[in-house]
Amino acid sequence: MKTDENEKHHIIPYRTFLYVLAILILLTLTSVTLTQISLGAFTVAAALIIAGIKSTFVLAIFMHLKFENKMFSRAVCGVILLLAAVITITLLDYLNR
Amino acid sequence: MVTHRDDLASKTGMWLFLFTELLLFGGLFIVYSVYRYRNPIAFHQAAHELSVVIGTANTIILLISSTTIAMSITALQTKNKKLCLLLMGVTILLGLAFLVNKYFEWGAHFREHIYPGSSVLALRGHGDVLFYGLYFFMTGLHALHIIVGLVFILVIAVSIFKDRINSENYVLLENSGLYWHLVDLIWIFLFPLFYLIT
Repeated sequence: MKTDENEKHHIIPYRTFLYVLAILILLTLTSVTLTQISLGAFTVAAALIIAGIKSTFVLAIFMHLKFENKMFSRAVCGVILLLAAVITITLLDYLNR
Repeated sequence: MVTHRDDLASKTGMWLFLFTELLLFGGLFIVYSVYRYRNPIAFHQAAHELSVVIGTANTIILLISSTTIAMSITALQTKNKKLCLLLMGVTILLGLAFLVNKYFEWGAHFREHIYPGSSVLALRGHGDVLFYGLYFFMTGLHALHIIVGLVFILVIAVSIFKDRINSENYVLLENSGLYWHLVDLIWIFLFPLFYLIT
């Protein structure tokens, strides 16, 4: 007996991965350049925003989240929100001591 | 022989494991943020001593290795076993290259007597001890994950070679890929935090 769930798979073409790789390398070099020229307080924000964009590409394409059951992306969002909440609360505590 | 299989459950289990990994490194990132906030000058100066060139090279090596392992799944799905194994082999070689770079990087620090517990480092003050303690622990834990990922990929490659994993049944290849991407994902944050933000 064949189970349909196990058969349903999305095949991502090779070139999609190569495009994503090009974007990721470009973003890495942008991040390196941006942080070498001093932007003051904005440097940290810029580096982290770029890291966030890179992670989104890795999660969505490399880790197939864009094509998987929506349950996975929702769970990932949940974990990221949890981490963000813990980081925010900890920093609020330290910044206001 | 009829064997029961549930790919969705297998992948769900892998993701749940990855979440625990994210929380593990997430906790370390919080420790880093707080210590950085309390020792801004020491962290600023210590971060200047790390090589941006080696860090950038290692970032690009990991990004390419993530691409090759992702492409190996497409190769197996389209029944191209040879290309799949080749791409997995490239991934393993790139992972080893990352570790070799790490070895030289750490070796250079050790020669300058910078390592956890070093008396030379202790003389430089509390902030430096914290920065390098976190640097060695976090990049070391990450390197340990690289080694685990390499073994995982190698085991899966052997299974593919022996046709135990094939174009009909490749969820384990996908899971090893997921693990490898997680290692890449963590590095995407480690790299700017230690090498770029000075």
